[in-house]
Amino acid sequence: MGKVIVVTSGKGGVGKTTSTAALGAALAQRNEKVAVVDFDVGLRNLDLVMGAERRVVYDLVNVINGDAKLPQALIRDKRLDTLFLLPASQTRDKDALTEEGVERVIGELKKYFDWVICDSPAGIEKGATLAMRHADVAVVVTNPEVSSVRDSDRIIGMLDSKTLKAENGERMEKHLLLTRYDSLRAERGDMLKVDDVLEILSIPLLGIIPESTDVLKASNLGAPVTLSDARSAPAQAYFEAARRLAGEIVPVTVPGEKRGIFGKLFGRKAA
Amino acid sequence: MSILRLFTRSARRSAPAARERLQVLLAHERASTGSDLTAILREEILAVIAKHVQLDGDRVTVKVDRDENVSILEIDVEIPLDAARAA
Repeated sequence: MGKVIVVTSGKGGVGKTTSTAALGAALAQRNEKVAVVDFDVGLRNLDLVMGAERRVVYDLVNVINGDAKLPQALIRDKRLDTLFLLPASQTRDKDALTEEGVERVIGELKKYFDWVICDSPAGIEKGATLAMRHADVAVVVTNPEVSSVRDSDRIIGMLDSKTLKAENGERMEKHLLLTRYDSLRAERGDMLKVDDVLEILSIPLLGIIPESTDVLKASNLGAPVTLSDARSAPAQAYFEAARRLAGEIVPVTVPGEKRGIFGKLFGRKAA
Repeated sequence: MSILRLFTRSARRSAPAARERLQVLLAHERASTGSDLTAILREEILAVIAKHVQLDGDRVTVKVDRDENVSILEIDVEIPLDAARAA
C-alpha cells in the first residue's frame, strides 16, 4: 500500500503546486511509482506546471462521478515513466468532490502507487479538507512571512482534528517545507529565520527551498524544477526533501549559507 | 550622516518584530480555535446563570489563556443592575 501525502498551506501562492510537482518528480526520479493529484477543482494548475495541460482528457471529478475509469484519467509523464498526474476539473467547483468519491479514488491509487501526493487548494474549505482527509503524511508549505506562518498554524490545527487519522486517535505526521527562503535577508534580520518558523510552528523540518529564479523558469517551461535543472539550488533542496520523505536521514542544509570569513564578520556586526 | 543611517537601520530589524507578533497572536488563536471548549463552557455557564438572573447572551465572555506552565480560565459575566429583580 502506498503512502498518501497532502501538500497544504492554508495561504495561497506559497508554492504548494510547485512543491507537489517537484517532490513528485524527485520521488519518481528514484524509480518509485508516484501519482500527483490536483484537488484544486475549478482552478487547476498542476497540469500546467507539469507541462501536461494539453493532454488532459478526463479528470478527478469524472472519476468520482463514474464517467471515466481511473486509468483513463491518469496522465503518464513524458519524461518519467513512473510519474502520473490525476488532474482536477476546470469547469466544476469544489462541491463536485464527495467524501465517498475521494475515499474510493485515493484507496484505488494507493494500491498501484508507492506515493499519492495530493495538491491541496488554498483556504480551509471543502477542497482543502478533502485533500487532507485521507493523508498519512502532511507537508506544510510555508513562506518565512507572517501571514503564511499564521495560516500554516491554522492548517496544522486542522490536520490534528479534521483528518481520518486524527479522528481515529492516531498522530498525523507533519513536516514543514520552508519555501522562498532568502538566507541573506534572514541573516540581516529582515526575514524570519528557519529557527524562528520552526519554533513557532513546532513541527519537524522537511526542507528549505531557496528563493530562486530557477523555480519560475521551470514553471514557464512546464517542468518540475528537479527535471528542468537538476543541479540548481531549489532542485537540490527538493531532492533532499524527497529523500527525507522516503525515510532517509539527511542533514538539513540552509541554501546559500556558505559565506566566507568576510561575510561572517559582517553578519555578526549587523546582528 | 550615512554612517548614522546605517546604525539606525540595523537597530530596526523587522524579523524579531514579526516573530514576536506571531508568538503573541498564535498563543491567542490556538486557545480560541484549538478546541470548542470555550464555546461549550460559554453556553453552559450562560444557561446556569440565566436560570436565576436575566441576562444578555453577549455579556458573557469566556477566555482560556495558555502558556508553558499554567492555563487560565477567565469568565466575565456582566449583570445588569435590575436583572436579579426581573428574573
